[in-house]
Amino acid sequence: MPVTTPQPATHLAAGAAAVGPTVALDGSKGESALLAERLTKRFGDRVAFDDVSFEVGYGEVFGFLGPNGAGKTTTVRTLGTLIAPSSGAAVVAGIPLSAGNGSAIRSRISIMPESPGLYLRLTVTENLECFAGLYELGDVHARIDHALGAVNLADRARDLCGSLSKGLRQRVALARALLNDPAVLFLDEPTSGLDPVASREVHELIASLRERGVTIFLTTHRLEEAERLCDRVAILNTTLRMIGRPAELREQLFRRSLEVRLRAPLDHPKAVFGAVPEVEGWEQTPSGYTLTVSDPDLAAPALARALFAADADILSIAEARHSLEDVYLELIDEDVEVKAR
Amino acid sequence: MSFSWTRVGAILRKELRDYRRNRFVIATMAAVPVVFITLPMIQLITASVTGNTAHLSLRIGLSLLYMLVIPVTMPSVVCAYSVVGEREQGTLEPVLTTPIRGEEFLITKALAAFVPTLVIAYAVFGIFLAVAALFAHPVIVSAIYSGTHVLVQFLFTPLLAGWAIWVGIAVSTRSTDVRVAQQLSVLGSLPPLAILALMSLNVISESIALAIGIAAALLTFDLLAWRVVAGMFDRERLVTGRRG
Repeated sequence: MPVTTPQPATHLAAGAAAVGPTVALDGSKGESALLAERLTKRFGDRVAFDDVSFEVGYGEVFGFLGPNGAGKTTTVRTLGTLIAPSSGAAVVAGIPLSAGNGSAIRSRISIMPESPGLYLRLTVTENLECFAGLYELGDVHARIDHALGAVNLADRARDLCGSLSKGLRQRVALARALLNDPAVLFLDEPTSGLDPVASREVHELIASLRERGVTIFLTTHRLEEAERLCDRVAILNTTLRMIGRPAELREQLFRRSLEVRLRAPLDHPKAVFGAVPEVEGWEQTPSGYTLTVSDPDLAAPALARALFAADADILSIAEARHSLEDVYLELIDEDVEVKAR
Repeated sequence: MSFSWTRVGAILRKELRDYRRNRFVIATMAAVPVVFITLPMIQLITASVTGNTAHLSLRIGLSLLYMLVIPVTMPSVVCAYSVVGEREQGTLEPVLTTPIRGEEFLITKALAAFVPTLVIAYAVFGIFLAVAALFAHPVIVSAIYSGTHVLVQFLFTPLLAGWAIWVGIAVSTRSTDVRVAQQLSVLGSLPPLAILALMSLNVISESIALAIGIAAALLTFDLLAWRVVAGMFDRERLVTGRRG
């Protein structure tokens, strides 16, 4: 299967509609929310992530997918100036990533870690007051009200955080991350450990942030979450394996194909399918046939005519749909195979 | 970005709120003074003035030494928890993702231990002086109020607390377990107390010059300890447990 090798970030912008003009690594022409170029982090001999390059535009929701231990959280911590990269360069919210710029970068971004990390003996409002002070925000109570309103928690403002459910704590953490109106919002596994109802609530909140134009960098290994919420996704497994819109990834990874279901198998399938020029290959499946085609829009009517001429009872002809999960599993399986060799 | 007292204030308010609602901290802050004021008061009230003056002086010195244990032990326990405890609770990383600088974070943690320690230590000493004035023999009262005793208490309480705080925070930033941090912290904060013990027990002759000299030395150590601890602050190590 063809797999695209991620290119340096300056070349990625062409493939992403939401991405603004390319930013220089000194931050001088910054119109991208995030830019990473050949970023690498090693802990001694262990490589957390290697040679990672991408660009994220303002207002974009960018999904960062990968299995456990792929380096997602370490990437977020690196871009959030919590840890220093071993090599490579990055620009975060228009500011070059460096030790000296740490405080300035952190004032323009927010990170919601996987664990909410709330002070459980303090109320929701007291938690948010503390962080409003850390960002040196003015008009604190209006901001807190606004943030709590955004996560539908206004009525729980005086509750102790220790009395809240896990889902509600996650919402408080999200409100905390919204307090400073960040240029980039990093969400690290925001639905990890949540039940389906709480996960859906968080998804709805992220979708509403997306509508408001908040730039979001979302790490997750929940593929339906990424497919639903993200404009573009990158798949990381220590190195960046693919990057693009989910539909683009599907096209790059899987050849276009038609699924054909018939009442009974064909007597001479080779003759029937061979007569359709758009069909490049075929294989029999338990439910019918899968045909690799050059253009499904042209192939489907031609195929229908050929099957009709062969007296076949057609149940359905449909373009094969590959989910982001198929893309992800294909890539991860390849990595497993490579390591096994 | 320059040093921000707004950020220091934000965390300090949080710390003090958290203390008030934390039974462990309240119990520690209450138990230590009770333990260290009861015994010296009993000793003073029941002391006989008919014995030799050296014995009486030793008894007074020992009683006052108890007072100086408060600014050593109380912040040790609180500071030992300050970083490793937050890391265990998962509350450290969200704070470190904000613009707060290392120095601001450390100063906040230090103040959060220093302020209550100072208030409690001085309050306990005030109670001790009042009880002594009311119930102890006039000779003992005179011995306590004269000489260097009061000066030593007022001078050394903040300085000993400062040392204990920086030792506690240093240990806490490098520990992975709260209990180990507390044990090491208390142990590390004791050495300056040993010199004062020698003074209190009349092994070293007490004098104002000596007290000021030792205080100056302790102040220097406190300032050096602050610089060392500030240099040890490593965001990456605090988050990942590995050296940055």
